[in-house]
Amino acid sequence: MTKQGLVLYLHVHQPYRVRPYSVFDTAQTHDYFNESAYEVATNNEFVFKKVADKSYRPMNQLLAQLLDQHPDFRLSLSITGTFIEQAEKWAPDVLESFRQLVATGRVEILAETYHHSLAFFYNRQEFERQVALHREKVKEVFGATPVVFRNTELAYNDELALWAEQYGYKGILAEGWDAVLEWRSPSHVYRPTGTQNLSLLLKNYQLSDDIAFRFSNRAWSEWPLTAGKFDGWIHDQADKGPLVNLFMDYETFGEHQWADTGIFDFFGQFISEWSGDEDTTFYTVSDAINEHQPSGELSMPNTVTWADSERDLSAWTGNGMQNEALRYLYALEADIIRANDADLLRDWRLLQASDLFYYMSTKWLQDGDVHAYFSPYDSPYDAFLYYMNVIRDLRWRLMQHHDIGRLHG
Amino acid sequence: MNILMLGWELPPHNSGGLGVACYHLSKALAQEGSSIDFVVPYSAEHPDIDFMRIHSATHLSPLERYGLNAYDSDMELLTDVEKADMNDLKSMRGVQKRYIKYVEQLLETVTPDVIHAHDWLTMEAGIRAKELTDAPLVVHVHATEFDRSGERYGNPVVHEIEQQALLMADRIIAVSGITKSIIVQRYNIPAEKVEVVHNAIDVESFSGYEYDRRTYRYLELLRSEGYTVAATVTRFTVQKGLTHFMRAAAKASERYDKLVYLLAGDGEQRDELIELAAELGISDKVFFTGFVRGKQWRDAYSVADIFVMSSVSEPFGLTALEAAHHDTALIISKQSGVGEVLQSIFRFDFWDADRLADQMIGIATSPGLATELRRNASNEYAKLSWNDVARSCIRIYSTSQQGVVA
Repeated sequence: MTKQGLVLYLHVHQPYRVRPYSVFDTAQTHDYFNESAYEVATNNEFVFKKVADKSYRPMNQLLAQLLDQHPDFRLSLSITGTFIEQAEKWAPDVLESFRQLVATGRVEILAETYHHSLAFFYNRQEFERQVALHREKVKEVFGATPVVFRNTELAYNDELALWAEQYGYKGILAEGWDAVLEWRSPSHVYRPTGTQNLSLLLKNYQLSDDIAFRFSNRAWSEWPLTAGKFDGWIHDQADKGPLVNLFMDYETFGEHQWADTGIFDFFGQFISEWSGDEDTTFYTVSDAINEHQPSGELSMPNTVTWADSERDLSAWTGNGMQNEALRYLYALEADIIRANDADLLRDWRLLQASDLFYYMSTKWLQDGDVHAYFSPYDSPYDAFLYYMNVIRDLRWRLMQHHDIGRLHG
Repeated sequence: MNILMLGWELPPHNSGGLGVACYHLSKALAQEGSSIDFVVPYSAEHPDIDFMRIHSATHLSPLERYGLNAYDSDMELLTDVEKADMNDLKSMRGVQKRYIKYVEQLLETVTPDVIHAHDWLTMEAGIRAKELTDAPLVVHVHATEFDRSGERYGNPVVHEIEQQALLMADRIIAVSGITKSIIVQRYNIPAEKVEVVHNAIDVESFSGYEYDRRTYRYLELLRSEGYTVAATVTRFTVQKGLTHFMRAAAKASERYDKLVYLLAGDGEQRDELIELAAELGISDKVFFTGFVRGKQWRDAYSVADIFVMSSVSEPFGLTALEAAHHDTALIISKQSGVGEVLQSIFRFDFWDADRLADQMIGIATSPGLATELRRNASNEYAKLSWNDVARSCIRIYSTSQQGVVA
């Protein structure tokens, strides 16, 4: 029997949040991402430094230690361009610690968009430019060239798979959602419909979410979750495929689940136990693909994401405000490119971060599930108003400095 | 004449037009030789007021009282004032009871010739003052509960207070014919007891003001590109009919794309309006300022080409006169009292979004029409004066003293 391989993949990201930017700032100041007050949720530096202390520093230390103690331990990371930029500015030691992890040769970096955008669904050319920017940045910072692709929010469909194959990737990630998988298991490699060589890895959301979402929930019948119990669940799975795909936000460790929940101890013990076992091993995403042939074909014509119970894009594009904001944003593309102004281009791209649309979501208002949605703003309506004013200011800059486009009401 | 004036707010501690009207009315009455004791429910400096005595019924700051602003009547289930806890200054009823007790004490040293109470907030205190002094009670209605609640029913306790006071009052002043008909028809008060006295505008309060084009720079740039700005300056409540305005904006945008909309102000309906604009696909054309005062408030009038008052029920609507003073063309719902004193305006029923859209496009596309409306409306508003309002009040006071009863 082949060994069961743990495919641990963590997503590292911080967006640039827009400060409260009013009608009275529009066409006057252009510092959308520079909140002047410090200890507030829209101050990007403040947030980054806080998360660095709570999550990036202790988790990277733990990962380095585990890599040192267990020669078989391997994992994969996706790190957005906007994260790397912020780390360069506000926590160079954090970036250095990621470099050291990658330098072990046992930490693989994935490809994605530089700006954590949903550009694939709105502008293919811009999407490709952002993927290329990310590849260059990863090469520059880590000396690595990713071969497996993950799209923002794990948003995936058959079309994306075709694109990824044409673009030369050998693998791609998606959510292992029951509605799509039906009787199939996320513990195998699949071949996306229409592709010849691309391998698809699916998130085991049950096990992943036990850690990412349920770990500290005292109302959960399985609380407290121990490494032994979790290990037992994996071994007792009815369907024992070759892979255990644990995909989640890196910030699960220390930020979503605070240190005092015991998340770091749990993780360290679980990795140690997995390592000590003879019939188990660790895979990076490339290892998993290299070691296992696809067990079948899988089609996802409709977009599937890793968010919410719907697993669709509704957290980002579910209401009129989000759709309008996206429409205005991408309508600027031709003018922005034509202006060839580095500052404008940068601001326009930072505005594509999916997070900014997530803050406009009103889903939680209906669900009453406020805590599931983190936002630095008082309400989704505020998020939208500030964003719209920024869009208007971009138009003003285009017209003022480049005589391009026109203002819109 | 000694007047005991019972009010809820005065500038600069006001959150809307009631305080402005009380201020100008009192000032003009003082100029006519009246001696005024004005009671407010909070403690604060009123640096511009030296023409009357201001009495503070509580030690609350205006900010603490702000939660109990003059326009909220549905914020809590109101209890009988007899049962209210006078020490509970966090509740409207507690503050009102304290206000009544304060007026009782004040009347030990003050002997009014007439009691002039403004709106439901002070009506019970007015009734009590009349009982204690036998001076005539004049109730001044700036808004009824029917107005405040828009297309909803409103708070039954407030309706009851208004009913009692309108019955007990010796004379009633309504700020418009619309308000008078509500008082007559919905509260069954004899028409002869109610007199219409329209509000005015004090243009002096705007003197020394120069428009700053930088405040709404983006909008000014749009104007220089040929856009027309249709604005409203208001509280975002159901009374103001802003959802109808939004729908009209969407209809207008389908046919003419160089109109934009400035919604200056804030209120409980804000989120709903933002969402509605997005649903209608016109977020791009709608500018929300948030709460504005000072320069941002005045400049909102100046940046506007068209001022829209879409109120479902507006007893008067002082902002329309302020807008006229800033040289805007006016479109006013037929349900707004201010329309009774202006002729050179467009009128529409608040629900008639098609008509409002037509009127906005008409003004936006015809400079001639816009100029005519602006110029003629400024001649009309300039004729209104607070001194005339004060003289009307004094005449009403004297008829009430002659014992006109319901």
